[in-house]
Amino acid sequence: MDFSLTEEQQMMLEEIKKVCEEKIAPRAEEVDEKGEFPKENIELLANMDLLGLVIPEEYGGLGMGFLTWSFVGEEISKACGTTGLIFGANLLCIYPLMVFGTEEQKKKYLPRLAKNKLAAFALTEPEAGSDAGNVKATAKLEGDHYIINGRKIFNTNGGEASIYIIIAATHPGQGPRGLSAFIVEEGTPGFTIGQKFNKMGFSALPNVELVFDNCKVPKENLLLKERRGFRVAMETFDTGRIGVGIGALGIAEAAYEAALKYAKERVQFGKPIASFQAIQHILADMATEIEAVKLILYKSAWLKDNNQPFEKYASMGKLKASEVAMHVSTKAVQVFGGYGYMKEYPVQRYMREAKLFEIIEGTSEIQRSVIANFLLKGR
Amino acid sequence: MEIIVCIKQVPDTEDVSKVKIDPQTNIMIREGIKNIINPFDENAIEEAIKLRDKYGGKVTVISMGPSHAEAALRSALAMGADEAILICDRAFIGSDTLATSYTLTQAINKIGKFDVILFGKQAIDGDTAQVGPGVAEQLGIAQITYVRKIEIKNNILRAERALENSFEVVEVKLPCAVTVTKEINEPRYASMKGLLMARKKQIHVWSAEDLDVDKDKIGLDGSPTQVVKIFTPQTKHEGEILDGTASEVADKLVSKLTEHKLF
Ligand SMILES: Cc1cc2nc3c(=O)[nH]c(=O)nc-3n(C[C@H](O)[C@H](O)[C@H](O)COP(=O)(O)OP(=O)(O)OC[C@H]3O[C@@H](n4cnc5c(N)ncnc54)[C@H](O)[C@@H]3O)c2cc1C
Repeated sequence: MDFSLTEEQQMMLEEIKKVCEEKIAPRAEEVDEKGEFPKENIELLANMDLLGLVIPEEYGGLGMGFLTWSFVGEEISKACGTTGLIFGANLLCIYPLMVFGTEEQKKKYLPRLAKNKLAAFALTEPEAGSDAGNVKATAKLEGDHYIINGRKIFNTNGGEASIYIIIAATHPGQGPRGLSAFIVEEGTPGFTIGQKFNKMGFSALPNVELVFDNCKVPKENLLLKERRGFRVAMETFDTGRIGVGIGALGIAEAAYEAALKYAKERVQFGKPIASFQAIQHILADMATEIEAVKLILYKSAWLKDNNQPFEKYASMGKLKASEVAMHVSTKAVQVFGGYGYMKEYPVQRYMREAKLFEIIEGTSEIQRSVIANFLLKGR
Repeated sequence: MEIIVCIKQVPDTEDVSKVKIDPQTNIMIREGIKNIINPFDENAIEEAIKLRDKYGGKVTVISMGPSHAEAALRSALAMGADEAILICDRAFIGSDTLATSYTLTQAINKIGKFDVILFGKQAIDGDTAQVGPGVAEQLGIAQITYVRKIEIKNNILRAERALENSFEVVEVKLPCAVTVTKEINEPRYASMKGLLMARKKQIHVWSAEDLDVDKDKIGLDGSPTQVVKIFTPQTKHEGEILDGTASEVADKLVSKLTEHKLF
């Protein structure tokens, strides 16, 4: 088992750490406070070719694997959770295009996404959350076009993205088997952005309602085949879980590092609080949990890159990383005491942000069911 | 447009807290300190790339230094420079600013063609600001120092020189040498494609033999500057910490500065 980074990965990470330290991390508080989309951060990532990290070279990307993506995503999330999630949500459109797209679709969309355009993936509706097969949006074939009607909620990157993957029922009333996936471009007639959601954290992350009112999408924008939308979604989530887990890991690391630094500096009873065993044990638990979850996530990415079954591990990684992020960030607030509860310090932000990871891309309850399903089938 | 950028690899002393001087030898402890491109030289590289992208041509980066200065040249290639030359030879060890500018001049003469030679305004280790002007003198070309803006039109380079409280606009005919300040631009981060490409590029290494140099003008022998002693000045006064609210502290500080006629 080889845990060393390649020379290529080392070089890339050195530059990425630099941009994260110098530009992205210093803006993180302001991004959260103002709730404005961090456009400059995304431009930096685009200029560094990072948006196309996993896109094959023939479509303008770097053609790298998910393990490298994980290292990069971790650094970005550690510096700014919001930027990390925007970067991660992109994958939910890039990935299905890479795997299920026709040559024409890949040629048309991947180069744009590798360059500087953002992407989104929309399944969730008011009545379709964990019950992802219960999508009510419809897509009806009329001549050369599909006519899409319905609403998607909570959509990440919505409004900022240029390219969307939408799950809609071509065969309504038939549950998961009636769903199909479509590529929809921004500005398509009949496609508008509805309400913006007001969240407990990630105020600068775009989460909006997507409204489809007789939205006319060319027939060739169907991804894979009719009735294969649920499969597209599930395979996208399998890989997306690595990304979401990595986002949570970045937040956990940021919270731990803040707590470690503060514990060494804060003096009570004439000593740094880091000299108290109670605080030391908190720090030890944080570091241990982070290390453990890193290994599951890296392993899932490695398996994926090596074309081996990775789905169970991705689910485990996402589950554990989000719970570790929640635990570590909550404990980080504890280490900071009253100051931790104040907006001047970042740990309260990490705590508000960590919670999201236990919900998106399949809740923790759903992850446990997914994992158990693998176990019971002997996989 | 043929553009040459002279860069230096320096210890990263921007984070002063990490810099320690060995009290016995009075030499900086290099352990744990990264080597970086001299920050002002990064601005010079950025400007060179911008000029090339605007007017066409080629950017050649040169550095005189030990073999590990290759890393600085690779970073410059990753940012977008076209070619890199490392001037490296034991014979150059101990060069002061005169010997360094002589050696760089001979390297530039070997390259032959150039329109603009860019330098950072000074290196953050020696802080002399002499090498750029030294090269210009030895090449016999015009020099503009402390430049914060460059425009080129019909073979004329127009520059804004940053002065203490104002700026000066200067025009010179090409070829010329320019030293730049931080204000001139914001150096880009290397793109990943640039990084990966830079890894594969060849860095030319020139030794003393490759250059037409007079042995008496290089290295320690060619350096009239003799360092007699390096020492850390003793701190004579205790620092004073002002406390209170921000505006109280500001008031106290202003009155202290006024009292000492520093304001
Ligand atoms: C900030 C944010 C961004 C998002 N971005 C996107 C996006 O880009 N695209 C997109 O499509 N969606 C997105 N979502 C939606 C997200 O994936 C869903 O919110 C999530 O899947 C949960 O669905 P729900 O909110 O309807 O909760 P529900 O499904 O109603 O769940 C409520 C509770 O019931 C539990 N529960 C439900 N079913 C079961 C079961 N069978 N067994 C045990 N427990 C169960 C859940 O675990 C949870 O605790 C986003 C959500 C948020 C908050």
